[in-house]
Amino acid sequence: MSILGTRVVRTEDPLFLTRGATYTDDLVDDRLTGALHATFIRSQVAHGRVLSVDASAAREAPGVVAVYTAEDCPDLAPLPAGLPMVPPAMQRPWLATDKVRFVGDIVAVVLTEDRYQGEDAAELVSVDIDPLPTVVSTADAAKDEVLLFEEAGTNVAAVFGGPPPEDFFSGCEVVVRQAVKNQRVAPVPLETRAAAAAWGEDGRVTIWCTNQGAQQAKGEIAGWLGLDPALVHLVTPDVGGGFGAKIGADPEYAFVAWLAQRVGRPVRWTENRSENLLGMLHGRGQDQLVTIGGRRDGTVEAYAIHVDQEAGAYPRVGVILPTLTMLMAAATYAFPKVHASARVLVNNATSIGAYRGAGRPEATAAVERAVDMFAAEIGMDPAEVRRKNLVPPFHEPHTTPSGATYDSGEYVVALEKALEAAGYQELRAEQARRREAGEVKQLGIGLSTYVEITGADTGLGAAESAELEVHPDGTATVLTGTSPHGQGHATAWAMLASDQLGIPVEKITVLHGDTDRIPRGGGTMGSRSLQQGGAAVHQAATELIELARQRAAEQLEADPSDLEVDLTAAGLSVRGTPGSGITFAQLAEKEPLVVQTRFEAAAPTFPFGAHVAVVEVDTESGKAELQRLVAVDDAGIIVNPLLAEGQRHGGFAQGVAQALLEEVLYDADGNPQTSTLADYPFVSPTELPSFELVDMATPTPINPLGAKGIGEAGTIGSTPAVHNAVIDAVAHLGVRHIDMPTTPMKVWRAIQQAQQEGTN
Amino acid sequence: MKVTLTVNGQQRSDEVEPRLLLAHYLRDTCGLKATNIGCDTTSCGACTVVVDGLTVKSCTVLAAQADGSQVTTLEGLAGPDGELHPMQKAFREEHGLQCGFCTPGMVMAAIGVVADNPDPSDREVREGLEGNLCRCTGYHNIVRAVQSAAKAGPAAGQVPQSQEVAR
Repeated sequence: MSILGTRVVRTEDPLFLTRGATYTDDLVDDRLTGALHATFIRSQVAHGRVLSVDASAAREAPGVVAVYTAEDCPDLAPLPAGLPMVPPAMQRPWLATDKVRFVGDIVAVVLTEDRYQGEDAAELVSVDIDPLPTVVSTADAAKDEVLLFEEAGTNVAAVFGGPPPEDFFSGCEVVVRQAVKNQRVAPVPLETRAAAAAWGEDGRVTIWCTNQGAQQAKGEIAGWLGLDPALVHLVTPDVGGGFGAKIGADPEYAFVAWLAQRVGRPVRWTENRSENLLGMLHGRGQDQLVTIGGRRDGTVEAYAIHVDQEAGAYPRVGVILPTLTMLMAAATYAFPKVHASARVLVNNATSIGAYRGAGRPEATAAVERAVDMFAAEIGMDPAEVRRKNLVPPFHEPHTTPSGATYDSGEYVVALEKALEAAGYQELRAEQARRREAGEVKQLGIGLSTYVEITGADTGLGAAESAELEVHPDGTATVLTGTSPHGQGHATAWAMLASDQLGIPVEKITVLHGDTDRIPRGGGTMGSRSLQQGGAAVHQAATELIELARQRAAEQLEADPSDLEVDLTAAGLSVRGTPGSGITFAQLAEKEPLVVQTRFEAAAPTFPFGAHVAVVEVDTESGKAELQRLVAVDDAGIIVNPLLAEGQRHGGFAQGVAQALLEEVLYDADGNPQTSTLADYPFVSPTELPSFELVDMATPTPINPLGAKGIGEAGTIGSTPAVHNAVIDAVAHLGVRHIDMPTTPMKVWRAIQQAQQEGTN
Repeated sequence: MKVTLTVNGQQRSDEVEPRLLLAHYLRDTCGLKATNIGCDTTSCGACTVVVDGLTVKSCTVLAAQADGSQVTTLEGLAGPDGELHPMQKAFREEHGLQCGFCTPGMVMAAIGVVADNPDPSDREVREGLEGNLCRCTGYHNIVRAVQSAAKAGPAAGQVPQSQEVAR
């Protein structure tokens, strides 16, 4: 029986549970002996002119080896804007020169012998900033009255598409339009950003940093510093969560390497949480305008979405998020007409980047809210409206009006499974009873169907690499270009190799994140790892068997086609004659038994599912509590259900958190209001129920594993289900929409407002 | 100043700054890197250790305050032969950890939960772990792990050096 599809516990865990993982700040390495600690001094003003930076007192403080301000490093070229569509003037300086553009902009850096001295010395750096008017909302940014980059002449960083034709909704019996906020949230991996750098006598630098792909991080750092990539050795230690915010490198990592060269000593940096909530990329940050039109029989005829995307002060990956929102605008539906457009604006806030789902959750949240509002408007059950409009089951490619080509999907099946598991009719009956009785605690039932794009880098030349070697002692090593940070690749990749070779999982070591040993790799993001990296390991095992077959044929003087894999022996034997053969380990004795391969899928895959959320809303306080989350998530064939379920659970929690709790807030002057974990409402165990998972597996033809991505699906499905449920709970009171997060204050206000409108 | 502590059963004395946090003492002075620091506001619980039978967040205690105490960290849980503590075993079997960053604190806090309540319900585990944050697991499998460990017997609520643990 194949090991694939079984609940293999993680090989990573014994070490993680007894000694702890080794994160960047935990590293003990000879090359880092005597390392200095870097402490960044950041702007406390959101927008202003830098008048002076006086570091003279800090330079005299105990333990201070050096202080750098912009004046002290004129040879550092500004960071390139990076994305071709962004105005070149929107460059980020390493250290603020004339202006600061967000609370968190780096003004100076202190190097000290220990980290406590760094905090002391940072207090002594005197920064004089003349405040300028700030741009916080996208609406303010769009006015172009206050500019972040005067030379750019605008706050618009990019524009994608134009408005829909004027007659786009003509002929519709019902048209519903709503501004919907997909709020800015903080990824908050438990491990903050950290880096260490040491230069060797050979002129090469070793950089250790927490990231989601060593090869990309190395390329960026080398590019920013103008270094020959051959001189950069990047190592990814264990990584304490990423969620998209650790894709690539951050400027601080490169700066640490530059500082180490400048002072001639190794340098380390580990930010604290307050710095992390200012400096690490945030996610989402879209102001959407959704319009949906159709007939009173429930048929939707046209759907349009416009996105105003926050970029933050310095445009980064956030710029392209709305393109994914646009690509997935049609979602699970067979709407005949779909239109999407977007504009990206810079504002005096932390830069926006990828966060679990990265543009796709925003698409699903918008359309699922629109469908619910349309259902409410025509007085039809939202499940029925979905049934009427979902794309029927398909197993051949389906191309949507927004330009995505889905591989396979059975959306109606997923919806019906979710409704059945939830007991939808009983829930509606209980809701009716509570409404009739006028109870304080009302029940809300929220639905979502979703489809998302995973492995979206396929077709762009971003294949994944794998190397597989069997050693004479019977162990094997897998080198992968993916970059696990909790996903369990060490276990899953070992399962994939074991399945074909018969070598036990415990004897297979999986290595990643060392650019000298693994020069090519795409990293872990966009739910790509299994379908690209796992498929590469699978392919490597297939190729290794072929290599072994040729060698064994010579040694055994047999015809290669007569040799078959003997899983029990972990080797090859002559067909029909068990025990006649030779093991892979024996074959490795004469010369290394190793293959290197690259796998590239022909296209992305499109996981899908349906969620049902049940919330109870206290109509007197506005507090919404999630009672149940029933989730059907179809990611094709599952290699390890234990790991796949774990990915779903974590995704649900982050999705629920966005619907109910989490939001990065700034005041009107751009001052962050949520810059510690005492202020940012990170979802805790008491705010979540245990989840109800329903299995469904529709294979994809795109890769030999039949697997789609599972890393982000949970987040994409759960946010709109919970959001819709909260509004559903108070819909009978006249509430039509509440923006996320549906905090008690917002829900209470919506009820009050609806009641006032009802009496007027 | 000089402090003397028993860390994972071994007594040691060190010269420390009065302001040194216990979390930094454990990590930097003792070299016990399992204990992680995930915030600066006593919110996340990644640094939870057991001090004299109480689960505490070591970022909120000075090394000086722990002078004379017995401290147990994640590294002190497994048996001398490497046998996993029941809570460690349950976290592995129930997939109660992913990236592993919250895990050392979460395991220590979970031991405290079971010490207080040998048969906690889903809700009771969640309330007991409210001060420990995890971004990866959605807490689902952590709750399963704590309940599973509790069912295995009272050892899940004990640490090797000090038999009584309370929150």
